[in-house]
Amino acid sequence: MSKCAPRFALAALATFMTFNSAWADEVQVAVAANFTAPIQAIAKDFEKDTGHKLVAAYGATGQFYAQIKNGAPFEVFLAADDSTPAKLESEGDTVKGSRFTYAVGTLALWSAKPGYVDDKGEVLKKNEFKHLSIANPKAAPYGLAATQVLDKLKLTDATKGKLVEGQNITQAFQFVSTGNAELGFVALSQIYKDGKVTEGSAWIVPASLHEPIKQDAVILNKGKDNAAAKALVEYLKGPKATALIKSYGYEI
Amino acid sequence: MPLDASDLGAIWLTFKLASLTTLILLLVGTPIAWWLARTRSWLRGPVGAVVALPLVLPPTVIGFYLLLALGPNGWIGQTTEALGLGTVVFSFTGLVIGSVIYSMPFVVQPLQNAFTAIGERPLEVAATLRASPWDCFVHVVLPLARPGFITASILGFAHTVGEFGVVLMIGGNIPDKTRVVSVQIFDHVEAMEYQQAHWLAGAMLVFSFLVLLALYSSRRGKSAWS
Repeated sequence: MSKCAPRFALAALATFMTFNSAWADEVQVAVAANFTAPIQAIAKDFEKDTGHKLVAAYGATGQFYAQIKNGAPFEVFLAADDSTPAKLESEGDTVKGSRFTYAVGTLALWSAKPGYVDDKGEVLKKNEFKHLSIANPKAAPYGLAATQVLDKLKLTDATKGKLVEGQNITQAFQFVSTGNAELGFVALSQIYKDGKVTEGSAWIVPASLHEPIKQDAVILNKGKDNAAAKALVEYLKGPKATALIKSYGYEI
Repeated sequence: MPLDASDLGAIWLTFKLASLTTLILLLVGTPIAWWLARTRSWLRGPVGAVVALPLVLPPTVIGFYLLLALGPNGWIGQTTEALGLGTVVFSFTGLVIGSVIYSMPFVVQPLQNAFTAIGERPLEVAATLRASPWDCFVHVVLPLARPGFITASILGFAHTVGEFGVVLMIGGNIPDKTRVVSVQIFDHVEAMEYQQAHWLAGAMLVFSFLVLLALYSSRRGKSAWS
């Protein structure tokens, strides 16, 4: 027992020091659900390159808005749209001049079944599916873009009884990946890696069919004096992060 | 009118869901509760635990398993498809199945307590008067367990009205089919329509308080559960 004691003390000290150094320059980030995979990859590089630590929470942009307005401890907000950060800015909740577009989202029509979705999206017009999954258009920009695409293709009425809504783009994806909906509009970033679709079949929706999904980032008041918050925003604008973001199918 | 057509649709749907769920649970839950109250089998523990599971499980666990089981790749989904019924996820039927599971303990446990409280004596007396088991159940047990049935109905109904997580995970947010009040409130909040969220949430608060007030006032001196 006594032999173990010094070793234990050393381990405890090491643990304490790790926590301590991480605590000093940690940044709390609210991240739009569609950006989950890219931010995890970016976080690894960011932590290695800068020594700062990134703590991310994932969710719907509308929900984050409510949480931020009510005192949530987020320091940087990576939204799924440009209107919510702009709204926060006009309401005085952000650091002036910190807002910028970190990614422009791409919409994809996706099925978990290989060969189900053709590369022109004809499957939509054939209308042989039972359920078409989209994100809630009132709260999620990808959901809104999906309804614009259906409008533009004049399929709104034809698909009306078949739409099922996920609360955010993650849930819209989940309905398709579990097979409960044959196909759905998801974020390309959810099914795309290094220039190709990773599973199932997909139609990458042309940007001309919907308003651009501009995703803005902003430093919130809580992150005003945090060096890590500023470092993260600069890092996102840098070439390394930009290349990574593009590899997930975003424009920038 | 502060509530629009989609709010009223959600209220009506919630009422339908809770009523149907309560009815089914009274039919299914009564024999289960009766068995649990009377049996000496070793299965009593395991069955009681399974019935109580929804009390402690997060709705996300129930919703997740239902999504997988009821879907086209799940065993229930494959059975319903083979029977030509299609899959029930994203449908009112799916919500009823989820709600029956989710609210099960809130109906079975009060009934079980009521049956246990009756004890052996009245049944033995009835038996000596040559009452058949069915006679005995209808004319002795049911009247004596009336308060238990009232409690079970109120709790089953109210708990289904308050359901959120399971519906969110298997509903698909379809107006008049799966968009119940709790989901509608969540939608309003996400869309930053706080005014509309307030009206519905406030109505929900008043409703829930009145239901519990009725329950606790009527059971003076006793726990609301027994």
